[in-house]
Amino acid sequence: MFARLLYESFRRQKRRKLLAGIAITLGVAVATAMIAVATDIGDKISRELRSYGANLLVTPQEDSLDVEIGGLNLKPPSDGAFLDEADLPKIKGMFWRNNIVGFSPMLPATVAVGDGNSTLKAPLLGTYFAHTITFGKESFVTGVRTTHPWWNVQGDWPRDESQDVLVGERLAAKLNKHGGDAIDLAGENHRIAGILSTGAGEDDEIVAPIALAQRIIGRPGAVRRVYVSALTKPEDALALRDPKTMNPELFDRWYCSPYVQSIAYQLQETIPHSHAEQIRQVAQNEGTVLSRIKGLMLLVTLAALFASALAVSAAMATAIFERRREVGLMKALGAGNFGVAALFFAESALLAILGGIAGYAIGITLAHQIGRSIFDADITIQPVLFPVILAIAVIVTFAGSAAAIRRAVQFDPVFALRGDA
Amino acid sequence: MSAASPAGRSAQSVPVSARRADAPHTSMFLRMLMRAAVLRRGRAASALLAMVVAAAVATAMMNLYVDVQAKLRTEFRSYGANIVIAGKDGASLPPDALARVDQALAGKGLAAPFAYVVARTVNGQPVVVAGTDFARVQNLDHWWSVSAWPSAPQQALVGAHAQSVVSPDSKPFPLTFQGHTLDLTPAGTVQTGAAEDGRVYISLADFLAWTGIDPSTIEVAANGSPAEVNAALRTLSQTLPTADVRPVRQIVEGEARVLGKTRATLYAAAVLIILTSALCVLATLTGWVFDRRKDFAIMKALGASESLVSGFFAAEAAALGAVGALLGFAFGIGIAAWIGRVNFHAPVVPRFSVLPWILVGSIGVALLSALLPMSLLRRVEPAIILKGE
Repeated sequence: MFARLLYESFRRQKRRKLLAGIAITLGVAVATAMIAVATDIGDKISRELRSYGANLLVTPQEDSLDVEIGGLNLKPPSDGAFLDEADLPKIKGMFWRNNIVGFSPMLPATVAVGDGNSTLKAPLLGTYFAHTITFGKESFVTGVRTTHPWWNVQGDWPRDESQDVLVGERLAAKLNKHGGDAIDLAGENHRIAGILSTGAGEDDEIVAPIALAQRIIGRPGAVRRVYVSALTKPEDALALRDPKTMNPELFDRWYCSPYVQSIAYQLQETIPHSHAEQIRQVAQNEGTVLSRIKGLMLLVTLAALFASALAVSAAMATAIFERRREVGLMKALGAGNFGVAALFFAESALLAILGGIAGYAIGITLAHQIGRSIFDADITIQPVLFPVILAIAVIVTFAGSAAAIRRAVQFDPVFALRGDA
Repeated sequence: MSAASPAGRSAQSVPVSARRADAPHTSMFLRMLMRAAVLRRGRAASALLAMVVAAAVATAMMNLYVDVQAKLRTEFRSYGANIVIAGKDGASLPPDALARVDQALAGKGLAAPFAYVVARTVNGQPVVVAGTDFARVQNLDHWWSVSAWPSAPQQALVGAHAQSVVSPDSKPFPLTFQGHTLDLTPAGTVQTGAAEDGRVYISLADFLAWTGIDPSTIEVAANGSPAEVNAALRTLSQTLPTADVRPVRQIVEGEARVLGKTRATLYAAAVLIILTSALCVLATLTGWVFDRRKDFAIMKALGASESLVSGFFAAEAAALGAVGALLGFAFGIGIAAWIGRVNFHAPVVPRFSVLPWILVGSIGVALLSALLPMSLLRRVEPAIILKGE
């Protein structure tokens, strides 16, 4: 009998059920999309924050002091210590390898630029543009195009294995060179692939594949410093502690958290004779910006949840309120308060589950849509979200119906049937 | 069942007819509106609640969308300078450059001057010495990790790497530049992970007295939107025509990108939330109007014209929409202010320019949800509705 009542109620009141169901579906869809986006936004924004460039710098341990003003290094290029280029692929073998977005080795040199009759000493920077490195079976493309996204090239980027170079825009203006021209570097002829604009010191430099810089200073495989761009977790109290003073258990936790400090520590372990340090301008501010954006999305999600809960409640209250006549009839035929309430709650639960499932499906589609159109990446959806969303849908629907059901049940059947309802 | 309810009803029904006799003869239309709201409080309240929630959420999202960008931009200023002013080819800037920059910025940004020379230590090691204004640097470059800022003349802030070269035991040290020697006391160390670590920083006054060289670089953090930063850039290059004024692309482009994505996400969230609340209101109100098909039928049976009945329901919906919008606006501003305080430690300024939009939107949705069922009911004979089918 109970099941039949339930079935008939849905069959005969299609419009009312549909309206309540739509309200639940929409509420759940927005809640799902917002929760999915809010839980994943930290990851997405921290990827976007990588457009500020590298947050870690690896230098040789025994390096002599840099004498650098305005991007111009006054230290003789062959002076000081170097890292070995052959050690770099190991970066993709360390514990947090998947958090390394990219790295670029740098080797500054000075080169004589001939422009027909006179020559001029110009700084040259050797680096990777989009170099393919292999570590084990994996291959990985890295270079300044990943770590320095604000570098802008008019013309083409040179290929890493070529002899082509980029010329900084101010140097190019001074030399009156354009993309595609030939340039004479240390007596060799090279092609200018493009003109580089960075808004910083590189505008006065020549940027070349690293092998060229190594040949110029006569040190094959030498690297002066490596810029590493890594996804990190905002600092907390544990991150700031000195790893030397930690007990082994705490150390493991520190080591296995992607703090900028622990990634620096692992880089130092991975590359022999190196010293890795966070670039504080980039690394320190990331945490604040990230926590602000995450906090914002969390609060907006809370507001959205609250709004959908109220909307669903209002819809449910309306749906039940108008059925007092039915309640009167049921009670006149001898149904108890409990039986009537049970029927209404069962209806609500059924609506909540159906609406919840439909809403969840729409919600994750929406979340994916948002992820793809804004971040060009899929939003990761935690599987645990589904039961959580269903539970929320049922609870909210029940809460919204409870008051209306209570009033409907307490209403005198005589008045309900007389039409005073 | 509940004895209170019939008793309440009969007690109420007698004075109602008495009241009717000597009630002021206000327009029937208004009275019907009022009675509908009062007699069906429960239903009216739940429809109003839906309306208020939708309007509140819409207000909050619109306010946030406008204000959050400004809030986030101030957070992005902690990345430091977005404009660099440098003398052409490393030359010094005019001595009054900083004053002119401050004047051009007019309080909408921070500026810090830097002057550089290469000096020698006692062992003849070269080291870069920078003269700067510590108070300004402290405000501009929040990420500098400094053990203690210099406070007295001839105190130096030593870079973490430079320390081993100039003063490994933190004792006072002399530096020589072109035959002039300056005795310095290390006040603290600075660590940034960048070029600053290899330098020694002293106050600009000490630097000027020692080397006679004026600052060659001024780093500027201009506040505001990209347009405002560009305007600052233009003003600065007009103020200092001999200098090279450049945006720091790393900072400017990074900010634009992250802010753009955040704004887009917030926009998507706002559209989603506003649309859903509007649809929920539509669903609730449509149900509400549809349930009153009996009122509709009685009015028609008593001879009311179609347009009068439609007008009545439309006026009712519009009133509901307007009241809901106003209440919702007040709540929405509260929500936005709360989010601003919790997340940005600064309240979101209420924007009254949003109010007309909310009003129009709410009334529009309410009218739509009243007229939608009306068009359905119009086709039905009143007798059929009254019979209860």
